[in-house]
Amino acid sequence: MSDTHAETVAYVRETMLPQAAPPVSEVGAVKWLRENLFSGVLNTILTLVGIAVVIWLAQAALPWFLHGVWKANSLPECRQIIAERWGEGAHGACWAVIRERWNQFLFGFYPSELYWRPVLALVLLFVALAPILFSQLPRKLIRGSALYPAVAYILLWGGSLWVPLMAMAGFVVGWAGAALGRRTGLPLVAPLAAVLLPILWWLFAAGPVADQLDRLFPLWVREVRSDAFGGFVLSITIGVAAISLSLPLGIVLALGRRSDMLLVKALSVGFIEFIRGVPLITLLFTASLLLNYFLPPGTNFDIILRVIIMVTLFAAAYIAEVIRGGLAALPRGQYEAADSLGLDYWKSMRLIVLPQALKISIPGIVSTFIGLFKDTTLVIFVGLLDPLKGITDAVRASIEWKGIYWEPFMFVGAIFFIFNFGMSRYSMYLEGKLKRDHR
Amino acid sequence: MATATGAPKASFRLSMLLYDTRYRSMTIQVVVLLLFMAGVAWLVDNTIRNLETLGKDFSYGFLWNRAGYDINQTLVQYSNDSTHARAMLVGLLNTLLVAFMSCAAATVLGLIIGVLRLSPNWIIGRLTTVYVEVFRNIPVLLWILVAYAIFTEVMPPPNAFRGDTPTASMILFDSVALTNRYTAVPDPLFSRSLGNIDLGLFLVSVDLLAIIVVITGSILANRAILARATRVQNATGIRPVTWWKSLAVLVLPLLLLLVALGFHVERPQLRGFNFTGGINVSNSLMALWLGLTLYTTAFIAEIVRAGIASVSHGQTEAAFALGLRPGHTMRLVILPQALRVIVPPLISQYLNITKNSSLAIAVGYMDLRGTLGGITLNQTGRELEAVLLMMLIYLAISLVISGVMNLYNNSVKLKER
Repeated sequence: MSDTHAETVAYVRETMLPQAAPPVSEVGAVKWLRENLFSGVLNTILTLVGIAVVIWLAQAALPWFLHGVWKANSLPECRQIIAERWGEGAHGACWAVIRERWNQFLFGFYPSELYWRPVLALVLLFVALAPILFSQLPRKLIRGSALYPAVAYILLWGGSLWVPLMAMAGFVVGWAGAALGRRTGLPLVAPLAAVLLPILWWLFAAGPVADQLDRLFPLWVREVRSDAFGGFVLSITIGVAAISLSLPLGIVLALGRRSDMLLVKALSVGFIEFIRGVPLITLLFTASLLLNYFLPPGTNFDIILRVIIMVTLFAAAYIAEVIRGGLAALPRGQYEAADSLGLDYWKSMRLIVLPQALKISIPGIVSTFIGLFKDTTLVIFVGLLDPLKGITDAVRASIEWKGIYWEPFMFVGAIFFIFNFGMSRYSMYLEGKLKRDHR
Repeated sequence: MATATGAPKASFRLSMLLYDTRYRSMTIQVVVLLLFMAGVAWLVDNTIRNLETLGKDFSYGFLWNRAGYDINQTLVQYSNDSTHARAMLVGLLNTLLVAFMSCAAATVLGLIIGVLRLSPNWIIGRLTTVYVEVFRNIPVLLWILVAYAIFTEVMPPPNAFRGDTPTASMILFDSVALTNRYTAVPDPLFSRSLGNIDLGLFLVSVDLLAIIVVITGSILANRAILARATRVQNATGIRPVTWWKSLAVLVLPLLLLLVALGFHVERPQLRGFNFTGGINVSNSLMALWLGLTLYTTAFIAEIVRAGIASVSHGQTEAAFALGLRPGHTMRLVILPQALRVIVPPLISQYLNITKNSSLAIAVGYMDLRGTLGGITLNQTGRELEAVLLMMLIYLAISLVISGVMNLYNNSVKLKER
């Protein structure tokens, strides 16, 4: 029976067939094109429109870039070279202006024999930032970074070495006061000493001591006044100073806004909402016009310092709002867990709440920083030479480069783009690195 | 035998102000209050002393003096004989005008680009990404200056439109002329106008009021029709056809009104050296509008993209499983959830536009900053009063915008228990 049954099957394949190649439409470039560009009627139309836009942009801009001239002494000379080389009516970029005036765009009117100082300050900035930005480096390097503000000040402004050193000494005074206060064993002496002593030092002691030391051991670096600052030296100085100052201030304001203390909360809310409600220009105006009214008669201090203070206050209000979002996003259980461990307010904030809240707020904080760096261009309206309008106007005011618009804008725009794009990419790297949830 | 002693007697010691958490917050607040008051007193005292030294007083009387300067772009009547207060009003309206125009344009463009960025199409995806990254990472001041340079340097002068073989031509069916001095656009006119009402502060066109009233009436009537259709549907299960009724109610009254008022558009005509007949919009306004719009569009596009991406695909699938059509899915399921995420950051973008419009000074557009904080301040030398007033006005604008948008946000936000 079984034999006959086996016979009923006409044909049984005994060998495997070799694998056939997939259909043409399912592999390689064709598949990619079908999936990404021509997957439907709408998609095809969009693709065609996109290609048209690209072609139109290329047609408009490419010859202009290709005809670019790097060696010329003036705009008319540029135009002449382009006309000779590419025929009458040809358009071309005149990059010669960048070649001739790059130093102004980067350094403003900083003395040219001292260019190494801002450059060194920038290099040292990255050295000082490295241990903060990248956790692979040894942690102890951060102590060295703490010295950076004094170093940068000496490099940028010069003058007597004792002034920034004595200013930094305020922190040492505070630390020493706290240590001594702790030794007395009396309550409250240490924190009071840590806060009051540096303030007293800065208000009354730092200036005279620096003067005396200067008379005894004159240590001088050639001074550069603030009105020589301009271009990206100015932008980066203001940007970096305001960024590093606004983060701690923003954290304090955010904590103040979430505080249980009615008065602290009201003051924080008032400050944040006021700053966020007015344009930065009006604050810069306050810095340049109104501080003379608000400060004791006869006080007059550096305009760059005033601008840094105002930009810091401005950015701090925005950062406070970003961090408040992070604090609110943290589950309540984290606060309660910190309390149940018996941690006091500051310890629970420092060890439990803030590390997590700051991690959540990283994208917002970095985009505030990017906004701040972009806003440094507004200092033109209080008479400082920002790279965007101040320096390009100065360049255009010379007879050789009258009427040149696009090349300086592109150069300055490109540098801003590199800095800001770099910052946003770093924030994405940091976000990925600090991610602790399920991947 | 151990006996439980009673609770320690509640006695107040001075050190409890610092060590007892019940009292410590009071101590801190008192200290903060004292410091704050001292700071304010210090500032006020300094200001009074400085004003005395300079021989100035603090008064807003200067607002009622003759301004004596011209403003090229005004929404209300203004001449150089008007007061500084009037100039301030003109500036305020100009600020609001450019802010409103930029908000509207940036919202529309941002919506389009944000949606396109989500498209699976490779070219479109890349193009919009490049747009967003380039415009977000470069200061808005640069975009305003670039827009201004385009208008003043690239556009032809008005006389290029003249002659039998003009070197330049008008765009959009011969209705708009882009020149290097202004942009000539058509002027909507009413041949049987109802005139204006003088509100004392400014004139209000009765025609405009009539149009607004009619449109509001139409929308209310349309709502009534739709509500009735829903009632009928709930009662009988069949929804009556309403589209033609809605269309008629929305369009016909407006058309009738426009015909009755003799609505027509006067195109700009080249007469002599300049365009007349239409409205000549100054290039500073156009440049500011373009710059602010392009810049903010990039931010709004990102907000829209994030909002739509935050609605999980399961929502769409669930809606389809319920049998909703794609249009209904979008309107009833996706959009309400996406708006919840989109609206709060959109509010802050609108605020940013308003604040960034103070960059008008870079292109010479006379906004609040240019009138009150610019020429008026320089002419009268009243820095303190002018800057404080300007801050106050910007603060008021910001609070009003965020208040209105928060009302809208409350209507779309997640309804929790």
